[in-house]
Amino acid sequence: MPTVDHYLVLSGLLFCIGAFGLLTRRNAIGVLMSIELMFNSANINFISFSKFLTPQALTGQAFAVFVITIAAAEAAVGLAIVVLMYRNFDVVDVDYIDFMRW
Amino acid sequence: MIEHSYIIALLPLVSYVLIVFFFSKRDKVASGIAITAVLISFVLSVFALFETLADKGPHIIRFEWIVIPGFSLPLSIYFDPLTSVMLLVVTIVSSCVHIYSLGYMHGDPRFPRFFSFLSLFTFSMLGLVLSGSFVGTYIFWELVGLTSYLLIGFWFEKSSASNAGKKAFITTKTGDLGFLLGLLVMYFFAHTLDYQTFYSLVENNQISAGVLTAIGILLFMGAVGKSAQFPLHVWLPDAMEGPTPVSALIHAATMVAAGVYLTARIMSIIVVSHTAAMTIAYIGAFTAFMAASIALVQNDIKRVLAYSTISQLGYMMLALGVGGYVSGTFHLMTHAFFKALLFLGAGSVIHAVHTNDINEMGGLQKKMPITAITFYIASLSISGIFPLSGFWSKDEIFGAVMREGHYFLLIVAVLVAGMTSFYMFRLCFLTFTGKPRDQHKYDHSHESPKNMTYPLMVLAFLSIFAGWVGIPWLHKGYSSFVFFEHPHHESPVIWLMIISTIVALSGIYLAYLMYYKRSIDPVKVGERFKPIYTFLLNKWYFDELYMGTVIKFVYWFMEVLYRFDVGIIDWFVNFVGRFGLFNSRLWQTFDVYIIDGAVNGAGYLTRWISGGLRKIQTGQVQNYAFVIFLGVVLLILFRVM
Repeated sequence: MPTVDHYLVLSGLLFCIGAFGLLTRRNAIGVLMSIELMFNSANINFISFSKFLTPQALTGQAFAVFVITIAAAEAAVGLAIVVLMYRNFDVVDVDYIDFMRW
Repeated sequence: MIEHSYIIALLPLVSYVLIVFFFSKRDKVASGIAITAVLISFVLSVFALFETLADKGPHIIRFEWIVIPGFSLPLSIYFDPLTSVMLLVVTIVSSCVHIYSLGYMHGDPRFPRFFSFLSLFTFSMLGLVLSGSFVGTYIFWELVGLTSYLLIGFWFEKSSASNAGKKAFITTKTGDLGFLLGLLVMYFFAHTLDYQTFYSLVENNQISAGVLTAIGILLFMGAVGKSAQFPLHVWLPDAMEGPTPVSALIHAATMVAAGVYLTARIMSIIVVSHTAAMTIAYIGAFTAFMAASIALVQNDIKRVLAYSTISQLGYMMLALGVGGYVSGTFHLMTHAFFKALLFLGAGSVIHAVHTNDINEMGGLQKKMPITAITFYIASLSISGIFPLSGFWSKDEIFGAVMREGHYFLLIVAVLVAGMTSFYMFRLCFLTFTGKPRDQHKYDHSHESPKNMTYPLMVLAFLSIFAGWVGIPWLHKGYSSFVFFEHPHHESPVIWLMIISTIVALSGIYLAYLMYYKRSIDPVKVGERFKPIYTFLLNKWYFDELYMGTVIKFVYWFMEVLYRFDVGIIDWFVNFVGRFGLFNSRLWQTFDVYIIDGAVNGAGYLTRWISGGLRKIQTGQVQNYAFVIFLGVVLLILFRVM
């Protein structure tokens, strides 16, 4: 029977993988995907705490649904940016987009 | 009507405003408005006269004007028989002059402006007459002075006219200073400037005699300026530079009479203060004599009349000074009519021959009969020939002087009467009879148009009959209407009347011999008495005297002040300026090196630091995200530890 620790370890691993991807991926799509990973690690946290600490109330689950909604909206905006990037510069490389510098 | 008597004064003001703001380019409309306004005022004045005949009053209407806690300065209307007589005189003469000006000023480029000034003057004069407090009187007093200045200098292109305007203004202002001081003294001691309140204070002996004397003499100074009495008479002859209707209205009949009116209004002081009374009487008598003597030899038709006016005003002052309230104001009324007529007649002559010099006239009665006849009537009236109005009023004055026992003044007055008839008929004979001395001007002369001759006829009528209200045998006449405190019925002095008539006739006869029959050659008479003749021709050298003393002193003082200005004030100002300049150079150095250095240094420092720091901003999102993570991790670490 898995305990809350197992879930937390999973979620921690997922978060670190997501963070590593966010900081290292050059491909913009990859960056977005890494962000999704981090969202979902947070969702796992919410649900596991809810499940093990207050099993009657569904607060964690409700938060997870909200996070998924926000993630969908974020992905839509992010993908739109990526599409525009590709149209204008023919690349989806985030290193290339450094116009907002000194 | 008396309740609303301010309307009488306000109508001409309305006319003035209308002309100035709406009809300043419309000759006919402007003159129409002005004449209508003054005629309505005249009709209203007649109504007011009837009301005063029924109830003498005085009717007093007060208006709040300046109210401060502990101090209030009300304006008021003081309506008594004298007011109503003055209103009538002013509106009649003003109406005549307005109508006369239609012809006289015809074709003048500033025709509407002339009428607007006439309206403004009429307003001021009516206000002056109606005013029931000395402060109101003073305000309107200055207003008539202003309009007088404007009208004397109406033809300001002529430098003589604009100079005459200035001279009149400054000279009368000198007297007005006395008036103002008088008001201040009055307010200081009596705490009122209201006619009636002041009168009752005087009657109850609540003001000491010395103060009253001071007030009386100071106020009389104002009257001296305005009524052209010695020693401030010099402006009036020069004021003849103005258009002739103006001379008739302002400098003969109304404004110059304001001084007499004011003196009549302070009759209660004159009664109490012997000193003030004698000052007034002697200045009046001296002025009458001096002006008449100058008028004997002048050659400018208007100047003769001007000196005659001064002389007659002197008579009125003399009468008031000896306590002849009735006779002074009565002469004021009759004089207004015949002197206005004389001036308008002279204007008619000038209009015809385009010269003021009587040596270039002569024989004009054939060409302009109406002017000549009316001029003769006025001359007879001013000379005091029975039964014209001048006879009655002049005789009243003689009577008043005699009853008070001032025999020296009486002799002077009678002598002046003889001189008056002489110079008036000298003027008549030289202008209207004999051979034309300038044939060209004679040929081009013509009788004036109807709008000029009709006013002459109206005034001629009044010159004959206006005095009849004061016939001494008539007990319901002038003296029972206009009087001071209570009416006196003085029995006429027949022998005085006979003497004055004889003197007047002998003056006329002498003029007849010299200038009509020419059995006495005036040139030879002039040669015979050359020093006196030159003295009189140069107007007693008053202008030169003032030039040599007062004006020279003013110039000298001006020079001193100028030197003071240049030497001390300017030096000091320049010193302050130079010091400021030096000081500011010092500060400039400080500013440039220290302040600017600090400011610029701060700028340079900021740029230098930011030059290094800005490198952090790479524009790469992942760098920023890395920094954020690093920050979060550090925060957590700190929290944990």
